[in-house]
Amino acid sequence: MGRFKPVAVISAVMAVLSLAACGDSAQTGESRPPAPVSAETVVGAGATFPEPLYQRWIKEFAPGEPAPVRYYGVGSGEGVTRFIAGTVDFGASDAAMTDRELQQVTAGTVMVPATAGMVVLAYNLPQVTGPLRLPRDVYVDIFLGKLTEWNDPRIVQANPDLSLPRKTIQVVTRRDGSGTTYAFTNHLTEISAAWRQGPGTGKKVDFPGGAITAAGNTGVAQMIKISEGAIGYVEYGFARRLDLPVVALQNRAGAYVEPSPETGSAAIDAATGTMPENLRLFLPDPEGKDSYPIVSMSWLLLYERYTDSEKLALLRHWVNQGLSSRGQQLARELGYIPLPDSIVQKAMDAVAKIQ
Amino acid sequence: MSANPFKDKASPHSASAPPSAADYWADSLFRKLAMTCAGLIIALLAYILLEIGSQAMPAISEYGIGFVGGTTWDGSRDEFGVLPEIWGTLYSSILALIIGGIMGVTIAIFLTQEFLSQKVATVFRLIVELLAAIPSVVYGLWGIYVLIPMLRPVAGWLHTHFDFIPLFSTDLSGPGLAPAALVLAIMILPTVAAISVDALKRIPYKVKEAAYGMGTTRWEAILKVMLPTASSGILAALVLGFGRALGETMALAMLIGNSNQINLSLFAPANTLASLLASSFPEAGDLEIRALMYAAIVLLLLTFVVNVMGLAIQQYTMRKFEGKK
Repeated sequence: MGRFKPVAVISAVMAVLSLAACGDSAQTGESRPPAPVSAETVVGAGATFPEPLYQRWIKEFAPGEPAPVRYYGVGSGEGVTRFIAGTVDFGASDAAMTDRELQQVTAGTVMVPATAGMVVLAYNLPQVTGPLRLPRDVYVDIFLGKLTEWNDPRIVQANPDLSLPRKTIQVVTRRDGSGTTYAFTNHLTEISAAWRQGPGTGKKVDFPGGAITAAGNTGVAQMIKISEGAIGYVEYGFARRLDLPVVALQNRAGAYVEPSPETGSAAIDAATGTMPENLRLFLPDPEGKDSYPIVSMSWLLLYERYTDSEKLALLRHWVNQGLSSRGQQLARELGYIPLPDSIVQKAMDAVAKIQ
Repeated sequence: MSANPFKDKASPHSASAPPSAADYWADSLFRKLAMTCAGLIIALLAYILLEIGSQAMPAISEYGIGFVGGTTWDGSRDEFGVLPEIWGTLYSSILALIIGGIMGVTIAIFLTQEFLSQKVATVFRLIVELLAAIPSVVYGLWGIYVLIPMLRPVAGWLHTHFDFIPLFSTDLSGPGLAPAALVLAIMILPTVAAISVDALKRIPYKVKEAAYGMGTTRWEAILKVMLPTASSGILAALVLGFGRALGETMALAMLIGNSNQINLSLFAPANTLASLLASSFPEAGDLEIRALMYAAIVLLLLTFVVNVMGLAIQQYTMRKFEGKK
């Protein structure tokens, strides 16, 4: 007979694992709201990636015991589901809501870009020193499972200075539904016809080839850390925290760009002119010579109309403070990309329209 | 008049006294209790099957038998198949059975056939049995931080020189089939060793004496007399060990890499049914949960088939080597 153990044990162990290996205390574990919304508190749930930032904003801009604003990192997919069901006062997602999802919200939806992040390709090749550079067609083919060895001529050609070992390329991907996966596959879909016709874009994608899967950004970063020859995609902050080397990717202009707050901002800045009315802006392949190619915004999901004016005032204050220069400064400190002023202005205008 | 010699033997305090009313009562109570417990076990198994079955029904009617042959597990497109997991479960368990089985039986021979003094053998046996007390999480961590770095150069060498053999077509990056199978082998080792030791010890001493009396060498006695005589017990040990390997979850979820692929390579990551169940539940949508229940039934059936096959082989060897009907 099977020896089934509670699922919780696994996530607990993975958390212990990450602690054991690196002292990293980032948690992607799910925490559920204990009770339905009460009158004085505003409750939100959604993406795990901006959770550290939102918690910081709560600490700074809505202090109190118990805090009047509460946020639960349950994942982008679950955040949207709860927002549509109306069990939270606001949602949050790394992938903006689709038109079909928007139609299901009777109270109307305002999507407010709150922060932005980069998806980086982290790898583990102990023998390789110096930045690894990957051309666009090459990293697509790696994730398509077409390139299997690190000393493949196409990789060697892009890195003449590095001595690449003859090792199997082990791709690591996300198992759970994730905004990170969405941003990454959205980029691959944009730049590759083979990807568009194959796996496509989604929060959860069936990656071809023999990819290892792990849960959460922490899980993927951890898996890369223990696997020689591994490569995988994680949010920038997680790779930085685990001290994993990251790939310099070739951007649209053909330049190789390493991820950093500057190159991330360059990518977001390049796109400010194209911000649509509903603020749903995807940046599958940003323009500009200095732009890092895989960036994604993270949205707060608010209703157009709130019945409780006290709640609305509280929420509006908190969101506006987060969008303020002080709030965006905190974002930079925590490893996120601060939003450029023009986008912040549009976001604040949208918040002002909420009734 | 001489005293009745049976008198005090028949006193109510003697063991040979006729049973009292309380004895009858206790006996029938115990019988009923035992019957109830046995019945409850069967009822529990039936209930588990029924419950999982009813939960899995939507997935069973949706995917049918194609579920067992499907190779994708994609929650966003609602496409589910468990062939890679069945493959990974059987591949890792069979490897573990081969390694753990050989090691376990060898240890059993070593401990019972007078290679060691009685005292040392007892200590040795205790140590082997202690392996069973290590939690599987610890095995998983040990696998990640000790076994994988140890295996990596070996795997790299095999891959570099023998990559035309499908078994070595990839090298080991981190989690993979080889570390998972090795850890499984160690985990089933105490089960296999302990039961095999008991099976070998159960053979009456005169059998060995007879074998020596016919002029066999020590190894002839072990291989041609002792092992066949104990074969049914050893087979039972192997079946139990295999069952444990099939269902092991925690260590495998940490070591096998949860990769949805069918690859002959010993060093490629793979997945098992139990690991799929444990790692997919927290995020699963409605239909995916049904599909996971279906996967649980597949695992149950797999275990069941293995156990029945083991029993059949055991019956056969009993008839062949032990002359029992």
